[in-house]
Amino acid sequence: MADLKINFAGIIAPNPFWLASAPPTNTGYQVMRAFEAGWGGAVWKTLGQPIVNVSSRYGALNYKNDRMMGLNNIELITDRPLEVNIREMKEVKERFPNHALIASMMFETKEEWHDCIKRCEDVGVDGFELNFGCPHGMCERGMGSAVGQNPDVCEKITSWVMEAATKPVIVKLTPNITDITKAGLAAQRGGANAVSLINTINSVTRVDLETFEPMPSVNGYSTHGGYCGPAVKPIALNMVSALAAHPDFHLPISGIGGIETWRDSAEFILMGASSVQVCTAVMHYGFRIVTDMITGMSDYLDSKNMKAIEDLVGHTAHRVKRWEELDLNYKVVAHIDPGTCIGCQLCYIACEDGAHQSIALQEGTRVPAIKEESCVGCNLCSLVCPVDDCISMVKVNTGKEKLVWAEHPANPHQIAAIH
Amino acid sequence: MIEISIKETTRLLPIPEEATLTKSFSNIKPALSAGEAMIEASRCLFCHDAPCTQACPSSIDIPMFIRQIMSQNPKGAAKTIFTQNILGKSCASVCPTQVLCEGACVYNDMNEKPIDIGRLQGFATDYAIENNIRFFQKGQPTRKKVAVIGGGPAGLACAHELTVLGYEVVVYEAHEKAGGLNAYGVAPYKFTNADAAEEVDYVSQIGFTIKTKTRVVAQTEETTSSSDYHTVLLNDLEKDYDAIFLGMGLGESKKLGIPGENLPEVQGAAEFIYQLRKEEQKISVGRRVVVIGAGNTAIDAAVESAKLGADVQVLYHRTAQDQSAYDFEVAHAKAANVKFCYLVTPSEIIGSQHVEGVRCLQNEVTGVDDRGKSKINPILGSEFVLPCDMVIYATGQEKQVRFYHSISGLTLEHGKILVNPNYQTTHPKYFAGGDCVNGGKEVVNAVAHGRDAARGIHRYLLGEKN
Repeated sequence: MADLKINFAGIIAPNPFWLASAPPTNTGYQVMRAFEAGWGGAVWKTLGQPIVNVSSRYGALNYKNDRMMGLNNIELITDRPLEVNIREMKEVKERFPNHALIASMMFETKEEWHDCIKRCEDVGVDGFELNFGCPHGMCERGMGSAVGQNPDVCEKITSWVMEAATKPVIVKLTPNITDITKAGLAAQRGGANAVSLINTINSVTRVDLETFEPMPSVNGYSTHGGYCGPAVKPIALNMVSALAAHPDFHLPISGIGGIETWRDSAEFILMGASSVQVCTAVMHYGFRIVTDMITGMSDYLDSKNMKAIEDLVGHTAHRVKRWEELDLNYKVVAHIDPGTCIGCQLCYIACEDGAHQSIALQEGTRVPAIKEESCVGCNLCSLVCPVDDCISMVKVNTGKEKLVWAEHPANPHQIAAIH
Repeated sequence: MIEISIKETTRLLPIPEEATLTKSFSNIKPALSAGEAMIEASRCLFCHDAPCTQACPSSIDIPMFIRQIMSQNPKGAAKTIFTQNILGKSCASVCPTQVLCEGACVYNDMNEKPIDIGRLQGFATDYAIENNIRFFQKGQPTRKKVAVIGGGPAGLACAHELTVLGYEVVVYEAHEKAGGLNAYGVAPYKFTNADAAEEVDYVSQIGFTIKTKTRVVAQTEETTSSSDYHTVLLNDLEKDYDAIFLGMGLGESKKLGIPGENLPEVQGAAEFIYQLRKEEQKISVGRRVVVIGAGNTAIDAAVESAKLGADVQVLYHRTAQDQSAYDFEVAHAKAANVKFCYLVTPSEIIGSQHVEGVRCLQNEVTGVDDRGKSKINPILGSEFVLPCDMVIYATGQEKQVRFYHSISGLTLEHGKILVNPNYQTTHPKYFAGGDCVNGGKEVVNAVAHGRDAARGIHRYLLGEKN
């Protein structure tokens, strides 16, 4: 059986499944329950100067029958006194010495940072996570995403922390930025030992159609909050891949964003993460989901003949290329299996109205037919088909060599070169 | 339909308590809550050119109304339904959805439960009716008048559509209440009297007249003596109206033609159900009831008798594979403890004053006929007597041929009125639809006929060639 133990930038944990700094890590009580359930690590709810929270705080995006496809929050960092948090962290570390306990922090001055680092190290935390990502409430005071969005400030504050910290330091990055690699490279320049991403995305969840209130509503008003949950996973995967594949970036990555199962975790790890952090799924279902994550990941590694998490890290990272590096002579076309087709004709109407008019209806049967000569292999039909494996995308042997845009005759630069 | 009252005898069961009746006749398709409707509606795949819609005799755009429920737009959903089928409420409850829309749902091919279309339709139509949201109004007056004979589903749908098209419409209904099968024919655990009355009110609010307790007759001698009931002469209608729609359904249950049929506890299924609906289930049945026939009406009568406390035995002369009742109806009957006895032909109903039993012959299967049904032959010496206290015969209903013959120029085919695609009979002023045209199908078929006949009448009265 594969060993799920990890060494993430020097932080040892029994498995790669960590709780992200968020409401589930608000108290020692919660973190101890999580460790008992099997979580490998926990990033404590961000420590900082005193704040006050609002009521209400969360808003959700539902899709048909599925609740909380996306979750938004306007909650701030910990609203409990620093000494209480420190005392509880000490207790957790004493009871769970082998689990990874990471202190998330957010301060304004160098002195504040140094003071908190010392106090945390004194109670035995295994590392730090710098919250440069919180998109609401704190950034207005020059913290959180205000730091993450400015690479110079990010680098500078990271370097302050590195002066004091003897334990590994993770910089948590905000996705509310055009190019995540700029922030990641700044953290690397500042001396960070690792990065974690993504923090939540700026959002307003919805509008109440009766009252016209934006949600979540605080007495009729709302503010931009942080968006997370399953809906953000593709955005997070893209950002993880951007850093993992960047030639100048060399730090370990803790993947965050919509992770709910071992499958989601494996995708982040394949994309270059070497630990993952979970919040929304726990807020939805509780700590016990980790049981399936552990057994599922272990079985998956076994099925791939892998001995450890590190064997899985990064296999996909370099497969995310720039568009112009893709082979324009590669071709697939859709194939419908008439044996499993249920005749809903969603593929037909999707292709007819939403794609390339390459599926025809046939007399005497509800099974549509692919017009292979015009099918561009876009995948849409296979995506809308409600039956697993009914529509497959089959590779067509074009007999042509690989051709990328740079060498394509339709590329204006090529045309210019010919003339 | 005629009413037969059963004499009180010791062989009859007492009428069950109100609470017992309410429980045993509770709706088999209870209303969905808003939450349940959302969950169910969200399952719908929104098929292109959907098989459910194709399977609906009234062609309701089912994926669209389900999507409207999903987007929390029940008003829009109700409009989608009522645009095609103004009796969408009753069809939601009484349609054999298992063999129509739900039977066609593509989920069946995935071995998944089909969408609960009937109950979703009920959710949307109930929303509109309970909130008295109306989508149609009287059309620009054409100054023409149409008489509708029969206030059942075909007649109501026809009258509604004609009113939308601007006609003055009077519906002549022989019974106390309009609604036809919905009021007097379908099982009360599918559709109650209150449901039927509510629907008739909703449909007729648009502004057509319903004259209840008014029978249209061919000759004066048929006029009733009851001061409460009226008769109207067909000739007078012909003079007073520009067109006439015939939607009077079927007649009495067909007699068996065997000795003992006139004993007091022998009843036709249609008449039995009529009585049951009229009395709100407060009727008594025999301790042991034999139902002869295995069509859907037979099954309804059998289940209703069972719910009233009887031990019920259904007799059918052919095999289980040959019975015309839907499988789900048979399953429902079996769940209600109804017993089935196949390959049995009744030859006599025994009893001097009261029913004591049914003399039967056992049949054997000798082959298959050209309709695919079993050929049978009575087995010599197989005679036996099945003791019982009541017999309900359900081997079809008569066509109202005598009445039709009074209309000159009307052509019948096997007792059914012959119509063209516009539902016009061979007498140009007469149109027809529903059971009197198709010989007895579902409420939804009758609604579609009535609606389309109204459009045929409109074309006819506009002078277009039908």
